[in-house]
Amino acid sequence: MKKLPIELTINGRAHELLVSPKETLLNVLRERFHLTGAKYGCGIGECGACTVLLDGLPVLSCQLLAVMCNGKKVVTIEGLSPQEAAAHPMQDSFVEEGAVQCGFCTPGMVISATALVEEKSEPTTEDIKVALRGNLCRCTGYENIIRAVKTGARKMKEV
Amino acid sequence: MEKQNFNIIGTRADGCDEKDKVLGNVVYAEDYIMPDTLYCKVFRSAKASAMIKKLNIDKAKALDGVSCVLTHEDVPNNESAKNVVGQTTEVGLLEAKQRILATDRVRYYGEPIVVVAAETPELARDALELIEIEYEELPGVFDPEEAMKPDAPKIHGDNNVIANWALRKGDVEKAFAESDVVVEAEYRTPRQEHAHMEPESGLAWVDDMGVINIRYSTQVVEHYRDVAAVLGIPESRVRTIGTIIGGGFGGKEDLTVEVFLALCSWNTKRPVKMAFSREEMGFGRQKRHPYVLRYKTGATKDGKLTAMQAELISDSGAYVMLSPWVLLYSTVHSTGPYFIPNVKVDAYSVLTNNIMTSAFRGFGGMQVAFAYESQMDALAIKLNMDPVELRKKNFFKRGDETANFQSIPSEVMLDEAVEKAVEALGPKSEPSGKNMRVGRGFACSWQSYGRMTYLHDTASSWVGLEMDGSAVVRCGIPDLGGGQRESIRAIAAELLGIPLDEVHVISTDSQVTPLAGTVTATRALFMSGNATKLAAENVREVILEKAADMLETAAEDLDIENKMVYSSRQTDKKVELVKVIRRCAAEGISIQSLDTYKAAFTDEIKTNVIKDPVYNDWTFGTQAVEVEVDTETGKVNVLKHVSVQDVGRAINIKRTEGQMEGGAAQGLGFALMEDYLEVDGVPITWNLTEYLVPTSKDIPDSNSIILESRSGKGPFGAKGIGEPSITAAAPAVANAIRDAVGIKVLHLPATPERVFWELQKKHQS
Repeated sequence: MKKLPIELTINGRAHELLVSPKETLLNVLRERFHLTGAKYGCGIGECGACTVLLDGLPVLSCQLLAVMCNGKKVVTIEGLSPQEAAAHPMQDSFVEEGAVQCGFCTPGMVISATALVEEKSEPTTEDIKVALRGNLCRCTGYENIIRAVKTGARKMKEV
Repeated sequence: MEKQNFNIIGTRADGCDEKDKVLGNVVYAEDYIMPDTLYCKVFRSAKASAMIKKLNIDKAKALDGVSCVLTHEDVPNNESAKNVVGQTTEVGLLEAKQRILATDRVRYYGEPIVVVAAETPELARDALELIEIEYEELPGVFDPEEAMKPDAPKIHGDNNVIANWALRKGDVEKAFAESDVVVEAEYRTPRQEHAHMEPESGLAWVDDMGVINIRYSTQVVEHYRDVAAVLGIPESRVRTIGTIIGGGFGGKEDLTVEVFLALCSWNTKRPVKMAFSREEMGFGRQKRHPYVLRYKTGATKDGKLTAMQAELISDSGAYVMLSPWVLLYSTVHSTGPYFIPNVKVDAYSVLTNNIMTSAFRGFGGMQVAFAYESQMDALAIKLNMDPVELRKKNFFKRGDETANFQSIPSEVMLDEAVEKAVEALGPKSEPSGKNMRVGRGFACSWQSYGRMTYLHDTASSWVGLEMDGSAVVRCGIPDLGGGQRESIRAIAAELLGIPLDEVHVISTDSQVTPLAGTVTATRALFMSGNATKLAAENVREVILEKAADMLETAAEDLDIENKMVYSSRQTDKKVELVKVIRRCAAEGISIQSLDTYKAAFTDEIKTNVIKDPVYNDWTFGTQAVEVEVDTETGKVNVLKHVSVQDVGRAINIKRTEGQMEGGAAQGLGFALMEDYLEVDGVPITWNLTEYLVPTSKDIPDSNSIILESRSGKGPFGAKGIGEPSITAAAPAVANAIRDAVGIKVLHLPATPERVFWELQKKHQS
């Protein structure tokens, strides 16, 4: 199959690459850039473990063909923090509030939570539940995740 | 000189693994890659019960880029795989042992038949399409009670009942005749899917010394023995390297990808990778056993339990797996946490052509809890008695004898637990509309932690100090996501007086870490925690003895904190830990220790009537919920949830609460929405849009209250909490629905449809 040239900015760095028309954004991130923070959990957009930011909005990278992302900016969990040496406040909050158990859903969950707070700086519990309903977690029961998002929102204001 | 004052144990300290997880740094099983890797896929049965008339793999083999296509003929010991590892006793009938790849017959939809490895995942999938198969369908049996009938089709051998356990205590007939009230009901529970977020996955390669390495996500690093048996090679030539597990809940306890990976890698001598698809996790893998439970419970008019009789029937699917053990748990736990003088229980595990069933958090304890706690509320209604008071009259006390004639060895804090749980629900919510009814319910449970004592369970751990005062722990326990590694890190750090981030834990490598057994049966903290405690205490003792020499004081007066050894009596007597280590090194004194913790050992169970101790100890707790039922649609919303558990001692409060909340969420899913459905053995809930698990929108406000009796057998008096956290959720919901709208919930999950029809029946009668 003929490969197509695309441009992608991934975690602040511009890349030019050739992709096959059926390659997903998740495949490109995991297999070509070894950015394995975004996970393959279901492959059909049900679990949210593959969530990344595309031009600032949370998307399911397993449901997007790489060619559809041509010219866009992708941020993964590895590039979420603006400072290389420090974690993003939302990442810190997830640790502090005990929102991490097995950790497999965590990158997608943190990305969705960060996108929510970028849009709405003081989200209510209901806002958080709605924003995270597409990110499944089988370990925590969500209680600590919801608290972590609130703590993260406070911290993001302080920064 | 057991350390008593703690700096890390019992706090909310963050773990090192958790920090790596939020950064996306953890290399899970599927994140690992090697050059020249092949991709493996499994061809599975599309029939629930059939003979394989023809199997042609020639076209698949001929496809360019396909490296190997293996059938049962290529598996050296296709029938030798044990269903259960680590035990000394055979389980179930030998003829029901699982085959790695089907020979001439398939017994469930999804049974593996061929395994393929190719240059890309796409090519492997293309190869599966080229496999030609012809079936001749056989009559199947899909209901365990049908399967028990003499003329039912046989799945293996000549009897579909693969396990039968019983309890016999006192005289139930006489006791029922003398009881003031008797309640009787039949309960049914669903087939629950683990739905861990991480699919079964891994990578295998044969190294330059001829050892086959399998790096994968597993709860049982000891599966290297099964792989060796299948390949017919020495166990010393198979190395399993367990990864941080992306959720398991029992789903990664039986064999998953390791044998397929090993076969392909051994045949091609190239690295081979595989991950199950979400659909394959659905139809290719075991679930929680559906049960039919028939209960009869009697009491005096004062609310003292007199007798309990039960029949338990579990659908074990097409192969034995862990079904007999799950049934044993159900049988022993079937009385609930109550002293009952007369007990008669008969339990059966029955083969069918349904999907296999095996371990799942709760391990047979959950199904019986739904029944015994529903019975308690039914009795309370019949006696017109407060359900809290009724239970308080009957709870086990420490030292009481269970129906398998085992003495309860630890504190039973159920009086406190039930009081706190009911109180913590707070003021009753107002209904949100005119068709809405609010109700409350609670349930109490007991759940063993640790493996069955006749399995002679042990765990080993190694602790060593480095010259700069940091430490390494080597312990084979896998980390299931509950923070199992963090607990042993905390124990070593606490006892050696070192900051958490200076203790490195290497876990789960069968040739590097001392074997510590499985991360199952709520045994990880209990077993590997005790082993690490023993080893760390040995090192601590060496350090304190040497420091006592150096400080000219008694070792008993010394403690270590923040890498300083100091006297609690004389503040001027102190020496840096590093100096003591250097002195030990100079004198050739070892500051490393390997130790082994042994759980209680009992003799093998010889009869199907269980008359002897089977468990180390139990965790007791209560869960309470408030629900709102929509009487027009039957939809049940859980508004509030409280869990109160005596965990003995919380090693880390945050992680303990995490277990309590996470277990409850799975229990609420089991109560209200989760049901893996099959029609004549063919699954119809293929993925997560059809099999629903709780989302952030389904979960109520939850309150976790930790009790600490410090009477458990784990480190520092800890009990286990992984499984006990799930057990009481479903009966609490069932009791709350009954409180809200007056219907009996006998069949889980309590879907809107079921609740609606029960409401219709109630209106008609």
